[in-house]
Amino acid sequence: MIYVENKDLVIPGQILADDEYYSGRGTFKDNGKVCSSLMGLVSLRNKKIRVIPLKSKYVPKKGDVVIGKINDVRFSMWDVNINSPYSGILPAFEVFGREKKELNKVFDVGDVLFLRVVDVDEIKKAKLGLKGRGMGKFKGGIIVDIAPTKVPRLIGKKGSMINMIKDKTNCKIVVGQNGLVWVKGDEDMEQLTKNIIHLIEAEAHTSGLTNKIKNKLYLAIDGELPPEENQEAEEEFVLEKPKLQNFKEELEQEEKEAEESKEEKEDKPNIAEVIEELKRKNKKDNPLSYGESSKNSFILNNK
Amino acid sequence: MMSEMIREDGRKFDELRPIKIEAGVLERADGSAYLEVGGNKILVAVYGPRESYIRRLLEPNTGVIRCRYNMAPFSVDDRKRPGPDRRSSEISKITADALRPALMLENYPRSMIDIYIEVIEAEGGTRCAGITAASVALVDAGVPMKDIVVGCAAGKVNDEIVLDLSEVEDKEGQADVPIAMMPRTGEITLLQSDGDLTEEEFAKAIDLAMEGCRQVSELQKEALMKKYSTE
Repeated sequence: MIYVENKDLVIPGQILADDEYYSGRGTFKDNGKVCSSLMGLVSLRNKKIRVIPLKSKYVPKKGDVVIGKINDVRFSMWDVNINSPYSGILPAFEVFGREKKELNKVFDVGDVLFLRVVDVDEIKKAKLGLKGRGMGKFKGGIIVDIAPTKVPRLIGKKGSMINMIKDKTNCKIVVGQNGLVWVKGDEDMEQLTKNIIHLIEAEAHTSGLTNKIKNKLYLAIDGELPPEENQEAEEEFVLEKPKLQNFKEELEQEEKEAEESKEEKEDKPNIAEVIEELKRKNKKDNPLSYGESSKNSFILNNK
Repeated sequence: MMSEMIREDGRKFDELRPIKIEAGVLERADGSAYLEVGGNKILVAVYGPRESYIRRLLEPNTGVIRCRYNMAPFSVDDRKRPGPDRRSSEISKITADALRPALMLENYPRSMIDIYIEVIEAEGGTRCAGITAASVALVDAGVPMKDIVVGCAAGKVNDEIVLDLSEVEDKEGQADVPIAMMPRTGEITLLQSDGDLTEEEFAKAIDLAMEGCRQVSELQKEALMKKYSTE
């Protein structure tokens, strides 16, 4: 016996189902009943019930890509704030290997870095590394803070949402799984992107979000929906209308992808893919500026 | 005969004061709630789970909560001297103890949650109202928990057991029994008693207060649902 439907909003302590259902993340079993432990949306698959929280703190997991800020420079490592109850450490040998250099000449307090979680120990301290494409220090830009659970929504299905924002605003955007987003572009565009990201965060649990954001973006940048775009949007709407219910599946798919990328450390998070995709795209669009900015944007340790 | 009795403020013996709860009212806190019960106005902010700067409080296998109950100097008729006193220290402790059994902090070892309860205006029953508001704020902060704790008081006024004492009833009444409970299982997480009650009266007071808790609990749920369903 189940008492809720998929995508229902539930609150802690609410009874979700009887014993024959499995209790997944965000739920617990009590007295033969599956109950929610969080405020969030129900996700139901093969008799397994999960609750996707609306708000939560980031808990580091091995394999995640995160954005962090240098808090302190120590003798052989950096202390990194990764927007979590647990701080991260970046050991010097992850950056230099065997070489010995002065740490504060490479990264200093206040620098913002794009990092990978190499390992998490039993007291949840995260060991960070810089191995991977695009890992390193950010120059300029702004940091936008969102709830980590909303990250899959910001990226969208196969990066649909984030790519749309990037194309329209000409900003570079990097999303960390800890809920920090780095945005760099024209000053106005940075602010616009920031507002759009906050809008996505606030409305992450509503449906039809990608189209809503699309309209907002076009309105803000072009002043109006251009006629062709308008048509396109209309067409899309007509096309999508008969299979409106598919949106739920789409959402599920997104969640599944996000979940898988979180759960399986082997499986590379789709954020990394998105970033790589963006890089390729940028390369095609304006190779000159990319070449320049890539030198500025990232210090790559593994040459 | 009992249901005939009308109290000083016109309520029936089992009637609560009007309640208004709002979740997520503060921008910078991780979770927050605002609550009005009769003349009480209470604001609660929750921060965390976050890294703690007080090493000695940390637990290696679970998260910890800290609670601070504070009354504003202008919250009562005579000016209240600001700063912690015996009463607010006690209420801070019992609030933390009342909320702790519901929280599931095993996933956040070595972290700390701070709860700040600010009484802006007081009119009797602030400890129960504080617990009610604090658990709404904890849900808003996304802290995993077994149930939403709710507080409510019953007491004895003019030889009658009544629900949800106001300030006048608290001062002139014969007894006050504030409780906090988890409504799903009916577990009581706080039980205090002040004044003289016979055994039957005490049992009656607890039954009445538990019934009151269930009513308040519905309002808590409504407030939480309302915050996210409007969009």
